[in-house]
Amino acid sequence: MTSTSASADPRPSSLPDEHGHFGRFGGRFMPEALIAPLDELERAWREAVVDPTFTAELDRMLREYANVPSPLYEATRLSERAGARFLLKREDLNHTGAHKVRNVLGQALLTKRMGKHRVIAETGAGQHGVATATACAYLDLECVVYMGEVDTQRQALNVARMQMLGATVIPVTTGSRTLKDAINEALRDWVSTVDDTHYLLGTAAGAHPFPEIVRDLTRGIGDEARAQSLELTGALPDAAAACVGGGSNAIGLFAGFLHDDAVRLYGFEAGGDGFETGRHAATITAGDVGVLHGTRSYLLQDEDGQTIESHSISAGLDYPGVGPEHAYLAETGRASYEPVTDDEAMAAFDLLCKTEGIIPAIESAHALAGALRLAPRLAEELGRPATILVNLSGRGDKDVHTAAEYFGLLDKDDA
Amino acid sequence: MSALADLLARTRAENRPALVGYLPAGFPDKQTAIDAMVAMVEGGVDIVEVGLPYSDPVMDGLTIQRAADAALAGGTKVADVLDTVEAVAATGAPTLIMTYWNPVERVGVEDFASRLAAAGGAGLITPDLIPDEAEEWVSASDAHGLDRVFLVAPSSTDERLAMTAQASSGFLYATSVMGVTGTRSATSNAAPTLVSRVRAVSDIPVGVGLGVSNGDQAAEVGEFADLVIVGSALVARLLGAGSDTAKGVADVRRLAEDLRAGVERARTADRPLDKGALA
Repeated sequence: MTSTSASADPRPSSLPDEHGHFGRFGGRFMPEALIAPLDELERAWREAVVDPTFTAELDRMLREYANVPSPLYEATRLSERAGARFLLKREDLNHTGAHKVRNVLGQALLTKRMGKHRVIAETGAGQHGVATATACAYLDLECVVYMGEVDTQRQALNVARMQMLGATVIPVTTGSRTLKDAINEALRDWVSTVDDTHYLLGTAAGAHPFPEIVRDLTRGIGDEARAQSLELTGALPDAAAACVGGGSNAIGLFAGFLHDDAVRLYGFEAGGDGFETGRHAATITAGDVGVLHGTRSYLLQDEDGQTIESHSISAGLDYPGVGPEHAYLAETGRASYEPVTDDEAMAAFDLLCKTEGIIPAIESAHALAGALRLAPRLAEELGRPATILVNLSGRGDKDVHTAAEYFGLLDKDDA
Repeated sequence: MSALADLLARTRAENRPALVGYLPAGFPDKQTAIDAMVAMVEGGVDIVEVGLPYSDPVMDGLTIQRAADAALAGGTKVADVLDTVEAVAATGAPTLIMTYWNPVERVGVEDFASRLAAAGGAGLITPDLIPDEAEEWVSASDAHGLDRVFLVAPSSTDERLAMTAQASSGFLYATSVMGVTGTRSATSNAAPTLVSRVRAVSDIPVGVGLGVSNGDQAAEVGEFADLVIVGSALVARLLGAGSDTAKGVADVRRLAEDLRAGVERARTADRPLDKGALA
């Protein structure tokens, strides 16, 4: 670390390389039919990000429509309880209630720029589907969302939301009928419709250039938080923490601090019922290197390379793969990844509700729980209370039913 | 020269396309799948593609997905797929595995190649592995004398066609439509265009797949392709027969005979001038 400049780090990310690799991760494990479209997407993206018209329009949309930049909030009551100074990046205050609006607005605007008029997306719990449907309504694009049949039943309200916003929701009835199968079905659609259709992938995974595009569109989280932290506290935080499913909010946060060696980066994965039960989504902690959905990364798989179903109370973290840049950051040691169980996450959820009056998304509660566990460790290491930046990636409105069930607040008839 | 190259030299000398038949291992069960593949060869299929059932088959339509799901639910393992290859290769028909990439990488590319060669397999068809990512497979296939069949598509640029043909051995697999596997009532007119684009940059034999479901379509495709590849239509026979596995195997044999008759007449003068199949 040679620079302590107050401005955002001007050095561009040097990864991925020209073949879309982050070290031995990433790349393109895709049908040849999609290689030319992926090349076209890469070209369109590289041109767009240096076109002031595009970036100014995206900035305007984010500011006027999506309520970005989100504030950085010092959670003083939580801090008193936690033994660390907690700074919360309030992505929960964005339009549609999560960081995901940054990615969907950017990719939807790119879709228009490429002259395409139809957008397809996958969704697990429905959050990315709702965000995509929102962006498509706003930009007048046709929207089709693939969703596992099991998830359409679990998340009927989000199906209704997408339909209100004008999207068509297609239940996927193959495989395990969940998120990974929705991605498979979206890819099958894309291979036959790619001339007029953009696949708006919801996380920083998939084939090159998706991990790069999604990171670049979400890195505002980290860049803003870095500047806001300096302004609020006069220093960079000791650690930055985020939850990791596919990893879009975490990679967006980490991107702002990658070159700040003094800032420890922590990704918290869904530990589900507990690591030892096998029912979890802790891909980096427990998975092995392999190929899924177009990229080489860590994934949950059996000895024959068949994908294993993940489990988490948080639908947004319930994915058996993870973005390739996270795999790279884990392997190089730049970021640390640890599992957080359902119970730990729900305890943190409860604590944030009671101390700060903020109902977080259960995904974000994983980041908070991990940070709470981290606080005493860092205090001991530093010889003083640490400053921990937590990305509060989304709000918990969507999780009220799940949380109410978990805490036993519903009559048995309602549950 | 590999068994596959031998066969393709022979069919080329006979001025007829080779017929390739696909069925997934383990569906409806391990032995019936083997019986059906052997029946397919007896019915006239020249080359067998043994599908390795995979949990996330993004290139496959509903027919093959359903069969693969059932094979996995029935406990089909990589070892069963290799047993199947061994049983089918014993007929003398060149036998390849069609597999998504992760199972190969999971087993270990070198180990997989060595076991495939030991089972008498001819090589791999890899729908989600492009030559750009295939360094390890290129070395392992060279070391074990296995063929590498990569795919090209109507969207492939001329540069990629040339590069992919160069990296392939045995034959090149041309996906004739932009889409997933599945029978269609009409095969695509993009196919002859794609094949002639390949011929402009390489003399490797070209197989055309995705959409062929009967003898007339096989004849139509066989007019311009070196290999006619049939998958979903064969799988549909096994699916359609349900638990009557003897009927499923017999139906597969009958379709293979029809397809073989189609490729036999593909380049003869007496082929009916019925362009309807491709219209």
